[in-house]
Amino acid sequence: MYHAIVFAPLLGAIIAGLLGTRFGRQFLPEKPSMVITTGLLFLSAILSWVALFKVGVGHEEQSIKVLRWMDVGDMKANWAFKIDTLTAVMLVVVNSVSALVHLYSWGYMSDDEFKPRFFSYLSLFTFAMLMLVTSDNFIQLFFGWEGVGLASYLLIGYYFKKDTANAASIKAFVTNRVGDVGLALGVMTVFLVFGSVNFDTVFNAIAENSDRRLPFLGMEFNAMELIAALLFIGAMGKSAQFVLHVWLPDAMEGPTPVSALIHAATMVTAGVFLVCRASAIYEAAPITSGFITAMGAFTALFAATVALVQNDIKRVIAYSTCSQLGYMFFAAGVGAYSAAMFHLFTHAFFKALLFLCAGSVIHAMHHEQDMRKMGGIRKKVPLTYAAMIIGTLAITGIGIPGTKIGFAGFFSKDAIIEAAYSAGIAGSGAGAFAFWIGLVAALMTAFYSWRLIFMTFHGEYRGDKHTLDHAHESPMNMLVPLGLLSVGAIAAGFVFYSKFMGNAGDFWHGALPSKYGADRAAIASEHLMAAAETAHDGHDAVKHGGPFGWLFNLVHGYPFWVLLLPLVMSVSGFIIAIIMYMRGEGAAKHIRNIEETGGSPLYNFLLNKWYIDELYDATVVKGARKLGDIFWKIGDQKIIDGLGPNGVAAFAAGAAKRLSKIQSGYLYHYAFVMLLGVAVIIALVFRTVGG
Amino acid sequence: MIIGLSHYLTVAAILFTIGVFGIFVNRKNVIIILMCVELILLAVNINFVAFSTHMADLPGNNPMAGQIFALFILTVAAAEAAVGLAILVVYFRNRGNIAVEDIDLMKG
Amino acid sequence: MLTVISFYLLAFVAVAAAFMVVAARNPVHSVMYLILTFFSAAGLFILMGAEFLALLLVMVYVGAVAVLFLFVVMMLDVDFVEMKQGFLSYLPIGALVAIVLLLEMIMVGAAYVAGETKTVVVRETGVSNLEAFGQVLYTDYAGIFEAAGFVLLVAMIGAIVLTLRERDGVRKQDATAQMARTKETGMEMVDIEPGQGIG
Repeated sequence: MYHAIVFAPLLGAIIAGLLGTRFGRQFLPEKPSMVITTGLLFLSAILSWVALFKVGVGHEEQSIKVLRWMDVGDMKANWAFKIDTLTAVMLVVVNSVSALVHLYSWGYMSDDEFKPRFFSYLSLFTFAMLMLVTSDNFIQLFFGWEGVGLASYLLIGYYFKKDTANAASIKAFVTNRVGDVGLALGVMTVFLVFGSVNFDTVFNAIAENSDRRLPFLGMEFNAMELIAALLFIGAMGKSAQFVLHVWLPDAMEGPTPVSALIHAATMVTAGVFLVCRASAIYEAAPITSGFITAMGAFTALFAATVALVQNDIKRVIAYSTCSQLGYMFFAAGVGAYSAAMFHLFTHAFFKALLFLCAGSVIHAMHHEQDMRKMGGIRKKVPLTYAAMIIGTLAITGIGIPGTKIGFAGFFSKDAIIEAAYSAGIAGSGAGAFAFWIGLVAALMTAFYSWRLIFMTFHGEYRGDKHTLDHAHESPMNMLVPLGLLSVGAIAAGFVFYSKFMGNAGDFWHGALPSKYGADRAAIASEHLMAAAETAHDGHDAVKHGGPFGWLFNLVHGYPFWVLLLPLVMSVSGFIIAIIMYMRGEGAAKHIRNIEETGGSPLYNFLLNKWYIDELYDATVVKGARKLGDIFWKIGDQKIIDGLGPNGVAAFAAGAAKRLSKIQSGYLYHYAFVMLLGVAVIIALVFRTVGG
Repeated sequence: MIIGLSHYLTVAAILFTIGVFGIFVNRKNVIIILMCVELILLAVNINFVAFSTHMADLPGNNPMAGQIFALFILTVAAAEAAVGLAILVVYFRNRGNIAVEDIDLMKG
Repeated sequence: MLTVISFYLLAFVAVAAAFMVVAARNPVHSVMYLILTFFSAAGLFILMGAEFLALLLVMVYVGAVAVLFLFVVMMLDVDFVEMKQGFLSYLPIGALVAIVLLLEMIMVGAAYVAGETKTVVVRETGVSNLEAFGQVLYTDYAGIFEAAGFVLLVAMIGAIVLTLRERDGVRKQDATAQMARTKETGMEMVDIEPGQGIG
């Protein structure tokens, strides 16, 4: 079954890619390519859900070896699947979203001429991601890592005739590459320390290696800290955390289904997956975990501030993704890996939903993406509007605290914020920082999400009349995915909360750290558990039993204001958005304002993404260019070519030219030279013979 | 003083040198070159005859060998002068002058 | 005594004349100086006792080779006014090399005869130089003698072949064609009326 899950997308990619495109002389017409790839993906998706129940509930973890790959001395790496709950969760996420995106693309890409290529790339990406999540060793993970990077490049640059798309795809790939250096070093360090790259072997050997110190760049580090930090650098690149985030907004050059699949649900979550998979290492590296917490929190805040003022509908959602990833990372940083995974799970649903709705809007508005030119179109695209509302409610985390009623984001976000609170209480400075930042970011998240809705669907239409006349609701093959994802956005929270966070039925079964077994919250760090216990004002945490006992413990573990605050933040954001964008002229007033005044410095600072791109351009890009120029013009052309082929040739030619002057053609020159020669020889003979 | 072998050898050496010197000092006239070649051959002739006459009593020597050789050198010198001058005449017909400086067609 | 004086005289004249061959401005003068050199060398040969060779030198070299040179010099209308330019620029280095060579040769020669002053060996057998020549030339060196003849023949033919040119308008006889003439091509019978002429 697992072979089918992983290789079905590959099969689809090969068939569509080799037979359906011009490369394969279009042996297959369009429709069969699309049907085959989408069909195979749906098969994969259904099997993934089956697997989730098999592994999560039935505990049928497996390790399946597919092929022998590398067997070099001490290093053995095989193509193999490690199937445990973490894997199964990721399989569900990846395959479900991918299948729905395949279906959605039937409608969205309907006027594209090269559909088989697109579907082939989508399936290829899915395959690479599946290899990543099912890997049982770091090398296969790296293969999947690079594979998704490649697919991302191909898909972002799908409209290859556009310069901006090409530039964006290269930017994505190169930025990823920078992170990959860290990942590669991390994998090598793992091998150095543990002598193996296999996950099971490595994680079991952490305890005895936790004291090792390694030299790196002239300084000495604890081995675990070093590995954790290097792996995190890779995750930063792939998941667009602060320093290496610059590619994500520009990746919106790709078609919207691509953004939904790759830059919302799957590829960018690979970093979070890595951290969670290697949770054993991060457990042994408290300093790095603190750094991750701080970094994740900062990213969450940073991306949210930038999203406040963006005008492109997709960019707002892109920054929103970046921000939510920050949340996931800081959850992982404080040790709440299950919270991070839960948020990953729910986020996949509502973020993909938001992107696909945005795509639907763009499709209706005939590829117009600027929100300033939209407004009041909710009567034209009612179903899309409804789905978007659902998605926004999910992302802003609307629900009733203390109960199991709420949208998906409510459960996962609150779990993260609560985890940060606990860490903060337990003395982690990064945790406390993360907690407050997380709340501020939640406020902003709500604000920009509702701003998007109001600018797009409410108020007076501000754009081109002709486009409005042609605006129509999307076809069925685009609406069905929206519907299914809406179901997920609503239900994924309360359905899976007990499993993910409560470890009901021992859901995780050791895949993620869970020290206290089946009836406790699956939060690993001892300090977290201790904090939960001490914060509940004397309640005896283990006393509450019954089916909701765990929830009681959890709820009673935190002061009520902690549970309430995120909701307060979200509602505040909602109200502020209403005030600014719904009352009176709403959006039109703000747009006119900015056009007239050019925007305040703060506005421009945020609009230009804190000028990070400009900074990188001035330093890194120009620096690299200059260095490249030096190596090229001086190093290669002058020195190597000069000393090498060109130089030798020029020298030969020059020497020959000079020597050829001896051939003057004059007899007396020749005679003179002969005479000279004779004189010299006689002199030599004199000296040797002795006169 | 007795005029010995070395005197004749010296004279021959001087003549030889002058001949060689003439070849590469001369710039203007090809005939001078040919005449210098004759001088060189003459010098060699003197050498041969000198050795022939002064070393006649050395055992195992044919006393006339040097002079015979000088005779043949004479023959060859005459032949060579004839052919050389013929070439010169033809060259002059084609070129119009016999300046040595202009003979540089083999310039490399 | 006489030997010494004559040797030095002849030697000096030979050297001076040789130098003037190279240095003379007029090529005809050069040839004259060459002839003088040859004469002096012939004198030296006589001093050494090779009188046949000396006269042979005069006959062949002066009588044939030098005259040939003179012919050619006079035939080629050489403008000797601009001849001697450039002579001086190469003089120093050329002279230096020549002197070095000369010294080397002298040293070789002197070393060879070091410690001995050989004199001319007077032939006790009493045969003249000519007879001595004849005794070996046609016996031991007969083959080379024939070869020398060949060399001369080839040189002669070569010189003629090189310089021969066909000129237009020169009437020549072609003996073969003359002999191949037949009655039909050689004669033509014409019947003439008396008093008419050939017409």
